[in-house]
Parts: sequence; structure tokens; C-alpha cells
Amino acid sequence: MPDVNITVDGKKVAAPAGTLLIEACKNAGIEVPSFCYYPNLSLQGACRMCLVKVEKMPKLQTACTTVISEGMIVATNSDEIRQARKSMIEFLLGNHPLDCPVCDAGGECELQDMAFSYGAAESKYMEPKNHKEEQQWSPVVYFDRPRCILCYRCVRVCGEGMDVWALGVQNRGVSSIIAPNQDDHLECEECGMCIDICPVGALTSGAYRYKTRPWEMNHVGTTCTHCADGCKTTLGVRRADTGMEIVRGDNRDKSGINGDFLCIKGRYAFDFAHHKERLTQPLIRKDGRLTPSTWEEAFEVIGSRLTEVRDCDGGQAIGVLGSTRTTNEENYLLQKFARVVLQTNNIDHHRTADFPAFVSALTERPEAAASMRDVYNAPAILLIGNDPTEQHPLLAWQIRNNVRLHRARLYVINSQPIKLRRQATSFLQIPTGAEAQLSSFLAGQDSAIDALLSGPTSRDEWISLREKLRSEPGLVIIFGSEIRGSDVVSLVKSASGIHDVKFICLGDYANSRGAADMGVYPDLLPGYQRLADPGKFHEEWGGVPRAVGFTLPEMIESATAGKLKAWYVVGANPVGRLALDPFAFSQSFVVVQDMFLTETAVIADVVLPAANAYEKSGTFTNTCGDLQLVKKAGEVTGTKSDFEIIVRIAGSMGYDVRKLVPFGRGMTADMGQSRGAQSGEVDRHGVWLEASGLELKMSPFDPMAILDEIQRLLPGYAVSRMDLLAGNAQHTALPAGKAGALHDPKLIVPADNNLFSSGTLGRYSRTLNSVIENRHKKPEELEVAAD
Amino acid sequence: MADLVSHPDEVRVVSKRFGKGATNIDRYLELDGYKAVQKALGMQPDAIVNEVKNSGLRGRGGAGFNTGMKWSFVPKQSPKPKYVLCNGDESEPGTCKDRLIFEHDPHAMIEGVIIAGLAVGATTGYIYIRGEYRYLLEIMQKAIADAYSRGYLGKNIFGSDRHFDIYWHGGAGAYEVGEESALMESLEGKRGIPRIRPPFPAVVGLWGGPTVINNAETLASVPHIILGGADWYANLGPPKNGGTRLFCLSGHLEHPGVYELPMGYNLKRMIYEVGGGILNGRKLKAVVPGGSSTPILSPEEIDVAMDFDSLTKVGSMLGSGGVVVLDETTCMVKFALRIMKFYQHESCGWCIPCREGTDWLKKTLTRFHAGGGLKKDIDNIQYLSENMLGRTFCPLGDAAAMPTISIVKKFRKEFEEHLDGRPCPFEKQGKIEELPVMV
Ligand SMILES: Cc1cc2nc3c(=O)[nH]c(=O)nc-3n(C[C@H](O)[C@H](O)[C@H](O)COP(=O)(O)O)c2cc1C
Ligand code: SF4
Ligand code: SF4
Ligand code: SF4
Ligand code: FES
Repeated sequence: MPDVNITVDGKKVAAPAGTLLIEACKNAGIEVPSFCYYPNLSLQGACRMCLVKVEKMPKLQTACTTVISEGMIVATNSDEIRQARKSMIEFLLGNHPLDCPVCDAGGECELQDMAFSYGAAESKYMEPKNHKEEQQWSPVVYFDRPRCILCYRCVRVCGEGMDVWALGVQNRGVSSIIAPNQDDHLECEECGMCIDICPVGALTSGAYRYKTRPWEMNHVGTTCTHCADGCKTTLGVRRADTGMEIVRGDNRDKSGINGDFLCIKGRYAFDFAHHKERLTQPLIRKDGRLTPSTWEEAFEVIGSRLTEVRDCDGGQAIGVLGSTRTTNEENYLLQKFARVVLQTNNIDHHRTADFPAFVSALTERPEAAASMRDVYNAPAILLIGNDPTEQHPLLAWQIRNNVRLHRARLYVINSQPIKLRRQATSFLQIPTGAEAQLSSFLAGQDSAIDALLSGPTSRDEWISLREKLRSEPGLVIIFGSEIRGSDVVSLVKSASGIHDVKFICLGDYANSRGAADMGVYPDLLPGYQRLADPGKFHEEWGGVPRAVGFTLPEMIESATAGKLKAWYVVGANPVGRLALDPFAFSQSFVVVQDMFLTETAVIADVVLPAANAYEKSGTFTNTCGDLQLVKKAGEVTGTKSDFEIIVRIAGSMGYDVRKLVPFGRGMTADMGQSRGAQSGEVDRHGVWLEASGLELKMSPFDPMAILDEIQRLLPGYAVSRMDLLAGNAQHTALPAGKAGALHDPKLIVPADNNLFSSGTLGRYSRTLNSVIENRHKKPEELEVAAD
Repeated sequence: MADLVSHPDEVRVVSKRFGKGATNIDRYLELDGYKAVQKALGMQPDAIVNEVKNSGLRGRGGAGFNTGMKWSFVPKQSPKPKYVLCNGDESEPGTCKDRLIFEHDPHAMIEGVIIAGLAVGATTGYIYIRGEYRYLLEIMQKAIADAYSRGYLGKNIFGSDRHFDIYWHGGAGAYEVGEESALMESLEGKRGIPRIRPPFPAVVGLWGGPTVINNAETLASVPHIILGGADWYANLGPPKNGGTRLFCLSGHLEHPGVYELPMGYNLKRMIYEVGGGILNGRKLKAVVPGGSSTPILSPEEIDVAMDFDSLTKVGSMLGSGGVVVLDETTCMVKFALRIMKFYQHESCGWCIPCREGTDWLKKTLTRFHAGGGLKKDIDNIQYLSENMLGRTFCPLGDAAAMPTISIVKKFRKEFEEHLDGRPCPFEKQGKIEELPVMV
């Protein structure tokens, strides 16, 4: 359809038919003020800020509800309009408390900005103001009625965006008040979207309120460290006596794959970083007790013990467990360290999804891995297993909003009546554990249907679904860890006839996908390259041991038999999370790197206090394969990044760190490290660098050096560095050819996190804990029908 | 229940069955009841629409839009069901006419709704009755039940191949829900907040279906037009203002009451002849010509024909036909305050200028009337009202602003008399009387 032409303030503007006048003006660089208008939420026409003059209309019109039409002539800046705007501000400020000096929003408040741009300097109001006491609605949400300008954004984002419908309006007229769903409090998903979207300081968060003035913070754009969806977030950081304190998380510029969105974890569960049990000193077991020590001593102990085991018992006597929360660079470095320094392939991690099977199923068409953006734009989506509302909040948001705004068709197959069924064109319930047969049935094996029929879904419904899916070009198939191994292969095969079909395999942690991509496997190198065929890695690293290493269960077995002499655990808590017998490793020398004295750390011989993802730089790969930047917000005194620790251990084993981290070769960039300079990072590094005869400027602790190597050796990761550094997600491609493997499905142990839990990390978040304690209703009891 | 009044100038159309026991369905039939709908069943829908259009019938709810024209906007084909809504939320201060129709002639309302349905192709109607009119609900319920039992409603009405259902609904006490789109929200079980227009109800209305919404009196006039013909009805009033309407005379009058007079009837004559003149022979101070939301007229302005176009010419509106007469003992500040109290209380609160403006004005007028007024308040009252006018989400904001602006403009002197801490001059003289309470 041709564009519609209009004239705004004498300027010719063209925009697609159906465009709202306010958007057409914005695109033409003409600002029309608004409070209640919010892109992608329903229209309100309530605040009357956007009044403009449309020729031939007797009254001023709201630009936010007017659809442009050919030849429309619009004025946005006449005396009449300026007066209308000014008076709206006057009406609002009349009853407004004007407590800007102590209001959280002060300095980033849309009402302040509007008053500044359009308002009157002098107040005509002389009447007593209506007052109402502030209310706490949940551990997260506080409400201050007098500041509320009734723009209804919170109500809409909660209902339309989140499909929670926990906020509404009560009473009428000047007594109108935003109200929570449970009389005096909220029971909801606690995403804080309402707080984020509130243009003023009426909704504030328990995490942030009255802690700082906005201009006193540093804003650091990074990636959330919780689930595998990889939301972009901006951390508000203040200096504190421990080094730094994160006081806020919000995606400030609304850019990236998540736009406005963050769930409770991304928005508030950064508080684990400041938990009082945070480790800030290395601990070495002396006389049976973990005793505080220095980093130097710790590196010396670890270096000499690991060297000794490697040299006496061989690399196969050492096991390494990697992390699903450390960066790609750290994961890459760790497996490289294991292979070339420790001379072992005994390396594994907590696997929550079968990415190797996914890769091997798609080696013929590696482009068929969908990105997070695809989920928002796909014409149709098939979701098998998982409960994204709980486990993948961003993915759920993308799906919901694709259905709401683009009318995508959603097909849900699940053993439980998950909440996303409400957006589904069809929801088919499957008997628990029948996902394998489902894949076969979808792949065309009719006999497999019998296993699907013990649930509430009939034969005809299954057959008709299969038919429908075949005629859904552009379908995105998303599956949870219910589908593993050869089932992944059948599922992919089942869709081979669908034009432009794409897939997403759901893993659970922030960098689960990255750990897999970086080759934290006993049989797979980075890029899922099989060990049997080490090719360029062999050349590059100068030798990789050939024997396939131990999986985690095999490490346990070997340790129990007294053969695994050393065990190096980086950012994982297998004792706590995988119910591993703590005595299995009692004969081994155990090194644990973590933030807390976890169930695993307490059995260690050396515990190293590690930084978390908010305290370092690098990249994460989300479950869809979208690569994003992780930026350092600051550091907590006494901790080191896993990257630095690995390099230092290699150094203490006498290894030439230049070979491990080929620094000084590629592109360098400040990924936020310089912020650490304020707390002495450069000085600290400098001492060691000097002592090791290395140049000060090009540091082996620079994750960029490893990213250079990753991008050089993994073709799928050869994305634009510029875009990456600019904070844009870059979708990586799956490796083609003979990559991937079919593993024993039992090696996969889903994390089973929900909205309010996040593995071991979550246990140290005060916000998450208080939400759990304050929750009385089950999610299904809170499901409210949409209007 | 109110006593019925009468005056020789009256032309009884809508009120012709008042006081004649027409709530009884048999009695209604004797008085030509249900003839019009049977006639309409034999007419083409377009013919019904045209008949109503040509009769010059204009909406009695306030805005005065040509009724037949409104019906003609309903699309012929619609994937969604169409509806007819009878707006009986009558809450505009000074207006008390629809209730008489419900009380005395409920079947006429049913007939009007069915005919509108036949005209636009709807098979469902809703009669929405103001919450405070509880006692009328029973009358209406019985009338609907009787019509069903006779086969005038339900399947195959009057033995034809047409079906029609009517449901009644009682409001919950909000003036704003008389506004057509808020009424639809209310019917759908939501808060009584108006909707964004366009789309207009004729295209997207109740439950998203095309909807005709008319005032109760408008619909009750329709059967008479069908039976008497468009020409007869049009000729009762001046051009483009067909028929008669129920004028509600209240305030300081000797004979207040609801009178049915031809459109275009002279206001002065209405006050002095029909209404019997000012109470106790006192002097007239001001007249509200069409319900509390219309700009007031000063005594010099009342020699005017009471039809939509003539009142627009003198800067006011015919509105809902509520004529409120104020005599010389009335304090105009207090009157402005009384009106603003109403609108502040009834504002739905959706939009900023009305929600905040009515509250601010109410506070200021309260202080002002109590003797705490400042000179700049007078300008501010004017300023606030002018900044509400035409900028609110629905016309309630205008309804609050228009009379206020006219009062300040025409009675500024009275405002000035309240200044400097002086008590209200009308209170002081002990002359002030409460406006007669309208029952
Ligand atoms: C605030 C407000 C209150 C209204 N109240 C009523 C009412 O009580 N009864 C009514 O018939 N119309 C009322 N209206 C007018 C209706 O919106 C609508 O115009 C009318 O029902 C249309 O019917 P008509 O064309 O037959 O007049 C009100 C309008 C506004 C803005
Ligand atoms: S609380 Fe904030 S977002 Fe919600 S209506 Fe009030 S001002 Fe708007
Ligand atoms: S959806 Fe996942 S990535 Fe996004 S904020 Fe929540 S936990 Fe973090
Ligand atoms: S003008 Fe605004 S606040 Fe007033 S009743 Fe209409 S929508 Fe509600
Ligand atoms: S932005 Fe248009 S009315 Fe609020």
C-alpha cells in the first residue's frame, strides 16, 4: 500500500496507512508530548497532552488516537495548542505533591520534563491537596497515590503485556486510584514492569527506593545473569565501601532483544552480589579447616598440586567442571586450559539442554536456528514442553506480544496447562513423558500416536494439528529439555517439509548455550567439533589429548574409585544442585571458584572468591544463540574474575600465558575494565605483569583476546564486533558439517528454576526470598481472564 | 411518584397515555398500543429509517442529532450482531422526563426499541435504566414479561418471521454512564468510562457490534411517527426540529412540572404561562434552558424559541429539555458551586482536565462562597473552565465548564460581592432558599 501523505507544521510527512498521528509526527522529528500513549499498548486518550489541530476539525484532536489520512493538515505548535499543554500540566500539578527533592523519579520524571518544556512557571493552585498514605503492595512494589497522574500505563502493561491483570482502577473522579489485585497487596509475577513504565514516581521498587539520586549512579549496559534468555539490562551502580553497589536494573534505553522487558530477576535479583556471605578472601584447608589466606598462597598451592597430579598421574587424573554462568571467554579459556595445560579432556558442565543433539540435527541447515527476535516476528510458533512464563520470561513475553500485536498463531503442546495456553490458537495436552512419541508422530510415524491418547487430546486433534503445522511457513518450533537426543533429530525431521521453519532449543542458565558452544564437554571442542577430529584446534593450541574425557558421572565414579586425584570446579555447585554425594571427592584435591561457600565449596581444599557476571566483561550466548556483551559494572574488593583466576593458575603451573591468551594481537576495546581502575585493578594487575615480564598495556586478562580467538576459530561466531560492542545482540550460526553428537539423554538435568528462583544464585537474593515468603497463592489461582 | 400537570398549550404525543393506566398491556392495546410495530413489520427497513429521518426527530438525550440519520449509519451487513440500546440513565440535573415514560407508558419504550431494531436489522435490545430509578425497573420488567407472554417479544414476534429480545439493566449510580459509550462499557460489566471515538457506536458498539443508542424519549416518540407519519410529526415543530418534547420545568416557578410542548415553543411564554410565572411574584435572575450542562440565559435572553437551532444561536443549548428557573434570591456563586459539586462528584476521572479541573473548581468555589475568595480567583475560575472546554475526553468536562463560564461572564458582579471576606450577601439577608428538591 502506498504511504499516506500529510502536512505537519508545514512539513510534508509520509507514513504507512494506519499510522497514528503521534507516531507520524515523531518520525518526522516533531515531538508531540504524551503521558498515556505508550507504543504497543492500547490507546487511552486520557491525558490530553497530545492535543493538536487537525484542519477541518472544530476541536483539538488527540494525536495518539488519530489515524493519519491522505491530505491531513496538522498544526502542533499554535498558541492554542501550547496553552492546552500548559493547562494540562497545571491541572496535574494542582494536586501533585511536588516532592521532587525526595522522589525516586526526580531527575528522570516525565512530569518534570513536561513541566519544564510545556508548563507554567507559576502555580495558580491555592487549595489543599488531596493526600493518601503510601502503600506497600509487595516486597517489590510500592505505590504513592498522590504522585500518580493516572496514565494507566501500569494497568495496561500488567494486563496486555504480561497477561497478569493484577492492577486496576478503583473509584471514580478525583478519587480514582490504581489498586492491586488482592485488596491491599499484590500477588503477581513481580516483574516490576509497572514500576519501569510509570512516568512519575508513583510506583517505586523496594530495591531502589530512596537509595540514590539518578544522577549519582553510573549506568552500565550489560546482560542479565539469570535465565538463558539474555535480556539486556542497564545496571545503576554506586560506589560503596565494598567497591560498588548495584542499586537498579532496568533496560534504560529500551533497546536490544528485550526492549522494555525484564523479569523480576533481571530487574531486582542483582542483590546476591552484595550478600553478606559473599566470599572476599581465598580459603585454604589447613588442619581440616578452611582458613583465610592470600591469593598468592592459594595460587601456589593450586599450581603445585595440579602440576604434581598431572605429572605423576597424567591428565586423566584431573577433572574440571565448568559453569553455565561464566562468560564465553571464560568457558573457552577453561576448556583450553584443561586440554592444553592440565592435559585432560575430563571437562563437563551442568547440562540443561541437549545442544549437541540440536547441532547434529541441524548440520544440514545451520541457518535454521531462530533468534529471540524471530520469536517476536514469526507468523506461527509451536511450543513443545517447558513453561516459558516461569523458566523463560523473556521468551514468554516475546510470544505473548507477537500473538497480541502481530496475531501470530501459537500452538502449545504440554503435559501441564501452562499459562501460555491463553495465547494459543490450540493447546494440546500430552501425557507426561510422551514427548519422544510426539516427535515420532510429528515426523510421520502414525503408530506413535497411541502413546499420546491417554491424555485429554483426541486422535483427530493430533492429526489435525500435524496437518495445520505443515502449512505454517515460517514456523518457529521451540522445545524444552523434554526433547533430547534422537527425539531432537526426529522433531527437526518432522518439520523438513515446512518452508522456512526454524528452531529453538531451551537451556536454563544465562550461559548454558555458551558453555556448550565453547566446548565444555569431554568429547566436543568449541563449535561442537568432535575430539576425534581436532583439526585447527590441534594446530592452534599445539596439541590436544586424544582420548575422550569423563562426563560428570564418570568423574564421580573415578573419584570414588580413588583415581581422580584433582577436581577443579568453576562457578558450579554440583553438590547442592545435582545431589552429588559430597564424599565422592574426599580423596581428591578439590578447588572451587565461587561467590559463596556453597555445598560444593565446603568440601574443597581451596576456595577462591570469584566475581560474578556483573563484575566482569565478556560475552554471553543466550539459548537462541544470540551473542551479547557482558560489561563490568564494578567490582567487589577481594574477588577476581574467573578469567583472571584461570590465567593465574596457569601461570602458577609455569605455563606461558601468552599461549593461553594470545593477547595484544587483535582488536582491543574498553569493555568496562577501566571502571575497575577506580578500585585499583590496574595497579594490582601491574604488579603481577611486571613480575612476569609482560607489558602493562596488553593484558592477558583481556577477554577480548580470547574473543578474537573464538571469532577466528568458530565461523558461527564471526559476527560484527562493532555491533556487538554497540550493545546489539548478534545471532550466531550453528556449525555445519560433522559437528554435534548424540549423548545419553540422562546427562541432562533441567534446572527447574521458576520465576522466583535462580539456582544457587537465587538463594542469595533477598528480593527473591522475600517474594517467595510473601506469596500465598499459586500462579494458577491468580490467573485472571483478560478483558 | 410525581403528580401530573397539564396546560392547554400542550400537544400530547409522547405523553398521550400518561395517567391512563397504560402500564397494563391490555389498556395499552386499547390506546393504539403495538399498532406501530405491526405496521413497521410490513415496511422495508429503509422505509422506516426514512420515515424517522423525514420526521425531523432529533435526539432527546442532549446532542440533538437527527435520529433517522443516526440509524442510517448502521451497516446493512455485519459479521457481528447488531443492538439497540435505550438510554434511560437520565441523570442530568433538571431533567426528569424519561422517568415519566417508564412510569406511565413502558410499552411505548418496548415498541420504539423493536421498531429501531427492525429499521437497522438488530434482534436484541437493551433498556438501561438509571440506578436510582429502582421503582421503575419493576414496571419495566413487568412490561417486558407481558410483551413476551403475548408473543410481542421473543421468537416470531406478532406471528411474523422476525425475532426480537429485550433485556433490562439497572445502572449503579453514575451520571457518566448516560454517555453512550460509557453506557456500553457499563452494560459489558466494566467501569463506566467512555470509549475512544471514532469508531462510533453505529459501527462498533456494544460487544463490538453495530449499535443504535437513543434516549428513552427519542425511542418512545418513534411509534407515534410510524403511525402518524413523518409529515405530521415534522409539522408539529419548526423546520429541522420535528415534533414535540417533554420540557421539565423546575426551580422558582409557580407550576413546575413536565409539560409536552411543540419544539420551538417560546421560552418566555413557557416560564410565565405554562410554568405560571416566578414563585411568589419575585424577579427572574437566570434560566438554565436545557439541563445543568447548558450555558445559562439572563432574563434579557429568554425570548427565544425552544428548539435546537435557535438556542445554539443565543449561545446555549436545548440539551435534555430541563428548564431550571432561578429567581432574584439565588446566589449565583452558590449555584455555580452546586453545579460544580455535581460534576466533580460525577466525573469519571479518566481524563486530566475534567478530573482535576472539576475538583480544583469545586474547592475554589467552596472557599470563594464561604468568604475566602480573592479577586484573582474569579479569573482563575474562568481560566480553568476555558481550559477544560473542548479538551476533555468526553463532553462531561464541557458540561461542567460551559455553565460555569456563562455564570462568571454574566454574573461577575455577584462574584465580586463575595470578595474581601464578606459573607455571601444572599445568606446574610436570610433570603436564600434551597432550590426545590426535585422528586
Ligand atoms: C456526561 C453525559 C451524560 C449523558 N447522559 C445521558 C442520559 O442520561 N440520557 C441520555 O439519553 N443521554 C445522555 N447523554 C447523551 C448520550 O451520550 C447520547 O448522546 C444519547 O443517548 C443519544 O441519544 P439521542 O440521539 O436519542 O439523544 C449523555 C451524554 C454525556 C456526555
Ligand atoms: S501509577 Fe504510574 S503508571 Fe500507573 S497510572 Fe499512576 S502514573 Fe501511570
Ligand atoms: S527473562 Fe531471563 S534474562 Fe530476562 S531478566 Fe528474566 S532472568 Fe534475566
Ligand atoms: S470528561 Fe474525562 S474525566 Fe470527565 S467524565 Fe468524561 S472522560 Fe471522564
Ligand atoms: S497521549 Fe494522547 S491523550 Fe494521552
